Amino acid sequence: MSTQNVLFDAPGPKARRRHAIFTLLGFGLAAVTLALVLWKLQAQGQLDPSMWTVLFTADVWTEYLIPGLINTIKAAAISIVFALAFGLLFGMGRLSPNRPIRWASGVVVEFFRSVPVLLMMYFFFQVFAFNNYFGTDYNSLAAVVLSLTLYNGSVIAELVRSGVHSLPSGQSEAGLSIGLTPGQTLRSIQLPQALTAMLPALVGQLVVILKDSALGTAITYPELLQAAKDVGTAYGNVIPAYVLAALIFIVINYGLTISAGRVERGLSRRGRGPRKGGATGVVGTTVDGSLGGPLEDAVVGEAPGPPR
Amino acid sequence: MLDLLDKYDVLGAFWMTIKLTVFSAIGALVIGTILAVMRVAPVAILRRLGAFYVNTVRNTPLTLILVFCSLGLLYILQVNLADPKSPTSIVDNNIRWAIVGLAAYHAAFVCEALRSGVNTVPLGQAEAARSIGLTFSQSLREVILPQAFRGSIAPLGSVLIALTKNTTVASIIGVAEASGLMKEIIENETASFAVFFIFALGFVILTLPVGILFTSLSRRLAVKR
Repeated sequence: MSTQNVLFDAPGPKARRRHAIFTLLGFGLAAVTLALVLWKLQAQGQLDPSMWTVLFTADVWTEYLIPGLINTIKAAAISIVFALAFGLLFGMGRLSPNRPIRWASGVVVEFFRSVPVLLMMYFFFQVFAFNNYFGTDYNSLAAVVLSLTLYNGSVIAELVRSGVHSLPSGQSEAGLSIGLTPGQTLRSIQLPQALTAMLPALVGQLVVILKDSALGTAITYPELLQAAKDVGTAYGNVIPAYVLAALIFIVINYGLTISAGRVERGLSRRGRGPRKGGATGVVGTTVDGSLGGPLEDAVVGEAPGPPR
Repeated sequence: MLDLLDKYDVLGAFWMTIKLTVFSAIGALVIGTILAVMRVAPVAILRRLGAFYVNTVRNTPLTLILVFCSLGLLYILQVNLADPKSPTSIVDNNIRWAIVGLAAYHAAFVCEALRSGVNTVPLGQAEAARSIGLTFSQSLREVILPQAFRGSIAPLGSVLIALTKNTTVASIIGVAEASGLMKEIIENETASFAVFFIFALGFVILTLPVGILFTSLSRRLAVKR
């Protein structure tokens, strides 16, 4: 509880009374919000039990939600693999001693990091569909995967670069002094260490990819959000269907976030965690574009950890 | 190419993107600050509520939040944010709900950015403030919060950039902003790289100065430790 210690003293009798009042206010706020939501739902007839119980029938899951979820996971899984390859390639490119390669990789990475994912999806889908590159069934998947790969690959490239930069300079000096070329030093000494330290951030990036795959609904990719929309149309229960879809997303992503935190703690126990003073202070690299959050945000929970 | 730019209002679409960004940024800053105060408060229930909001919103896709605002809240629950009788009520409602959704989503990230700023302040600062006899409010005002705000400039900049790019999601609920216009152009005319490039460049122009500004600000204002 380091934040509490920085900001507040241990409470005395007066402060404890004040805290009790705020506790009551907090409960009141929660209760009023909940009551307002329920009242509004009731007023529009959205609390009808049949609307919600139908979500637990087998058809809703086998016909809509499970295929949708599989499509979401498929897109995310393919994208993270491609993004990792893209990120490694361009991350190494940005660290290359060759100036034109470094410069070109920099332009590619910066460009795809600042272009919205949805803009890419619209464009690639139109190109693929117009020329029918992947067949009618796969055009939207290809557009989703390509857009997610380009954006998240660029973010990973930055992670690779900042990871290598945060290593102690003795590492590369040792490599060079035993006669390795700069390329060999990068590949066999710096990258393995940087990648281990990057692991939590990579899991965090997976959360970003999972969330962004929901954009596929805009280009007719049949993922989970689209499935929820279809359930809402078929059974006339739009709100329950969306609430359920949100719940599924939250459970998966929260699970991933927690496992990212575990990985990070495990690494730092072995003394190989992300080092302090890496990429901090540079806007856009610590917290990525569509957010979900590498490093800084990887650990969430009740008690904020010590400042890293 | 140029006749396309004449036929479609590209600048108008980007103006809508800017409006969405500015209004949602203000909203997100207000909600996010309240959330951050709740999350560092010494009262357990407030901390829990703040954490619940942040964890829920942060793990939900923005697309889902905006579609829910539009379909769920506006069409089914009939929560109108614009006068239903006015001729532009549909457009206004979509824009306002997009702003509300974007603000609610990014508030969670603003909250985490501010909290990470508080986390950069070493405990010794508070102890030093107390030991020279500053009162609670004095130590917050003079010692801790100034350092916390400086520490959160860089992450706040990242949130603003992300927000700018995420305004494109509003096109899914029918707001006529830049990405929606690009979709219209490539569907009706031609899916050429030039069209994509112009719109992509628009976003680079919008986000690049923000990144440079916040990076230099955070460097200039960084607390030497």
